[in-house]
Amino acid sequence: MLREMRAAVVTFPGINRERDMAIALTRSFGRAPRMIWHRDTDLSGLDLIVIPGGFSYGDYLRCGAMAAHSPVMDAVRAHTARGGYVLGVCNGFQILTEAGMLPGALLRNAGLRFLSSDCHLRVERTDTAFTSHYQRGDIFRAPMAHGDGNYFADDATLDRLEGEGLVAFRYAPPTGNRNGSARDIAGILSPNLRVLGLMPHPEDLVDPLLGGEDGKPLFDSLAATLAA
Amino acid sequence: MTTRPVDAVLAREFGLNAEEYARVLAIMGRTPTLTELGIFSVMWSEHCSYKSSRVWLRELPTRAPWVIHGPGENAGVVDIGDGLAAVFKMESHNHPSFIEPYQGAATGVGGILRDVFTMGARPIANLNALRFGDPGDPRTRRIVDGVVRGIGGYGNCVGVPTVGGEVNFHAAYNGNPLVNAMTVGIAPRDRIFLSAAAGVGNPVVYVGSKTGRDGIHGATMASAAFGEDSAEKRPTVQVGDPFTEKLLIEACLELMATDAIIAIQDMGAAGLTSSSVEMAGKGGVGITLDLDAVPQRERDMTAYEMMLSESQERMLMVLRPDREHVARAVFEKWELDFAVIGRLTNSGRIVVRHQGRIEADIPLAPLADQAPLYHRPTMPPPPPAPCGEVADTVGLEAALVRLLGCPDLCSRAWIWDQYDATVGGQTVKRPGAADAAVVRVEGHARALALTTDCTPRYCAADARAGGAQAVAEAWRNLTAVGARPLAVTDNLNFGNPERPEIMGQFADAIAGMAEACRALDFPVVSGNVSLYNETEGRSVLPTPAIGGLGVLDDAARAVGIALRPGLDLVLLGATAGHLGQSLWLREVAGQEAGPPPPVDLVAERRVGDFVRARILAGTVAACHDVSDGGLLVAVAEMALAGEVGARLLPGPDGLAPHAFWFGEDQGRYVLAVADSAALLAAAAAEGVPARRLGSAGGLDLTLPDGATISLPVLRRRHEQFLPDWLEG
Repeated sequence: MLREMRAAVVTFPGINRERDMAIALTRSFGRAPRMIWHRDTDLSGLDLIVIPGGFSYGDYLRCGAMAAHSPVMDAVRAHTARGGYVLGVCNGFQILTEAGMLPGALLRNAGLRFLSSDCHLRVERTDTAFTSHYQRGDIFRAPMAHGDGNYFADDATLDRLEGEGLVAFRYAPPTGNRNGSARDIAGILSPNLRVLGLMPHPEDLVDPLLGGEDGKPLFDSLAATLAA
Repeated sequence: MTTRPVDAVLAREFGLNAEEYARVLAIMGRTPTLTELGIFSVMWSEHCSYKSSRVWLRELPTRAPWVIHGPGENAGVVDIGDGLAAVFKMESHNHPSFIEPYQGAATGVGGILRDVFTMGARPIANLNALRFGDPGDPRTRRIVDGVVRGIGGYGNCVGVPTVGGEVNFHAAYNGNPLVNAMTVGIAPRDRIFLSAAAGVGNPVVYVGSKTGRDGIHGATMASAAFGEDSAEKRPTVQVGDPFTEKLLIEACLELMATDAIIAIQDMGAAGLTSSSVEMAGKGGVGITLDLDAVPQRERDMTAYEMMLSESQERMLMVLRPDREHVARAVFEKWELDFAVIGRLTNSGRIVVRHQGRIEADIPLAPLADQAPLYHRPTMPPPPPAPCGEVADTVGLEAALVRLLGCPDLCSRAWIWDQYDATVGGQTVKRPGAADAAVVRVEGHARALALTTDCTPRYCAADARAGGAQAVAEAWRNLTAVGARPLAVTDNLNFGNPERPEIMGQFADAIAGMAEACRALDFPVVSGNVSLYNETEGRSVLPTPAIGGLGVLDDAARAVGIALRPGLDLVLLGATAGHLGQSLWLREVAGQEAGPPPPVDLVAERRVGDFVRARILAGTVAACHDVSDGGLLVAVAEMALAGEVGARLLPGPDGLAPHAFWFGEDQGRYVLAVADSAALLAAAAAEGVPARRLGSAGGLDLTLPDGATISLPVLRRRHEQFLPDWLEG
């Protein structure tokens, strides 16, 4: 008998991919996630918190910097302390780094332009709740849509991330690393492997009609882990 | 701030001529105040009153059984089935985009979004039709860069996917680019919100951003030609705030799910003036405004400044008085200003109070009914000189390579890559994948097909044929993805209407559009006119941009342009080898000459209906209409999209190869099918001209003369122009 999984999508003013994320989660989980407004702080009973993409507070300060100080983020920290799972995509990844929940920062794209196109990602490890339905070394497509996706951290941090196996995804050929990210990093994990942040949008590629299902294994992985 | 007396000289500076000012004096029975003069001048500007174009716009067909609201509302509304309506419109932001490209284009996107969500629709797609000057003109690069960044900066942030559009380059746009933005939204068909105010005593509520001094007299600027001083008009350009717009969309849609709103109107051109005057005027009521209650971002603003400000991201609503608290709570949740700034009255007048004084008191009926309406003189444009026989001196291969790399045909990927096309998770066909963008309606199998089209060089040679062609091409692009074309929004960009030859172009283009709209059951449901597109006496090419909307009952039936190996290529539609006004003639033979290709509307419909039926029957793997550059360019685009080569057969005897492969005859499609014999037989049975062109396979394009071009070489040529020019 499978346990009922409880996922929630947190939205801040200016977030705009919450519907895409809800669709992808519903497809893999078989039920719709709870939608949580950033002023709500009760995250009890949830297994997975997702912070989706968009332009929280317009990105008018630094991307994610305002949202990182929203009351709900203390509740998200408490959720991770309880061993809960967190997924941050695009602006969600930026918010997680601004909140100090993941190391490093997302700088302006190297070409100083917004980049919207499919990119290719290589799966670096498959023994995580987010990646178990991929094969190691798999290269999959995902749309990217960001102006500030250039992952940066100091060398010591990058060495540690790589040494501890916390790089989840890297940009890979044929499209390669278009935003200038250090060591081609597209997504990273927390040391307990329960927090994932990544820039591209697997949630926008979960339907053959929309160009493919390359992103679906990520959500299927979560569904399988959380149901176990 | 002027302290000059109000007189005919000041009125002239505000854009009112002597006759118009005399009419103001007659209506008022006294000298108007400065604020009143400001209100008259913007309401009677070309931009707001359509005084030169209205007599012609009446000729366009606007009705069909599926049309819910035609022109006259904020946007057009059509029934798309499943109890849903599509709400859509296209609007220009040409003048601001020349003065300040980023903000001009960004606020153009913001403005058209508001026209759509004002009616209760969630915006699901943006498109844009752009015309820029000669790439060799030093100003063009900065304008392209700014406009593209501005469209992306606004659309990406509000989270509405930018899914399509078109771009042309021509020296006629050097001092006057055209930026036409289109938004499409979806609403329940029985929950459409309109702007007619009702209920004497009901509160008039201001929501959104605060009012500043930006954009004062923007509508007047948009109604004049540019001179050398146009750069000094930068303060009349508004500044966009897409974050606030996003909040405004969500707050308005949340409130629209309740029964609180009686009427709603965005504050677009001429801001508080036009929104209050139009709401009260349409409702046949009066309105009082208390400007002390208007949320203000700057100190010491006068009544004149507040009434004419074009600060962005603001809306005006009339609420049910017992629901004011509901509305206030929604806007407080979204951290937006909410202020009761007036009431509806039974006076039939707009009365504006500020700091204890009445700053304006104008009867509404004459402000609308006595607005100037001009039947300006027209001079029919001269017929184009025939271009005669033009010999081919370069051959097919060299011409194809040149055409695919030229500014008007090269890959637009550099532009698309800056627009978020996937947000919303419903984009079935992204830019470049198909002749029209296809966006599914969330939670339904149904999808909308969307396109923008116009071939300005055809319109310049023959405005009537060009107007018809623009409509036909939009219809064709929707058909080519398998959609049923439903309706049109138009954006008519022309020069100075006070010049008879410009009005002649305008009248002819409308006549051609009307003819095609009627023949194709493709009514015009919304639109925008932009006149005075000229700088230092030089007019833009006549550019009646058409935004087309169609519906697919099942998004899974949509086809794109990408070839797949093993398929046969079949041309549908008749080819006469028309080279007049073709890109081959311009880019290869160096001439802009001849008449544009004629549009046979009967054949257009027959061929298009046949193609759509074959697509919906599931027998077509890819489909691409033949447009700019002709047949060989269409085939090459299909090959590049699919990364599959093709081997082509010779054209018909008696037609020169360059005329067959590069002529721009209308009403044609290239289909990729598994069973070409069945398709040819079906076409013959229905009287549709059809011809097998060759078959797909390999990684080379093999031309009928034996020349072979590798796709990577072709792709490099196709994709290099914009990045080299704009990043180099």
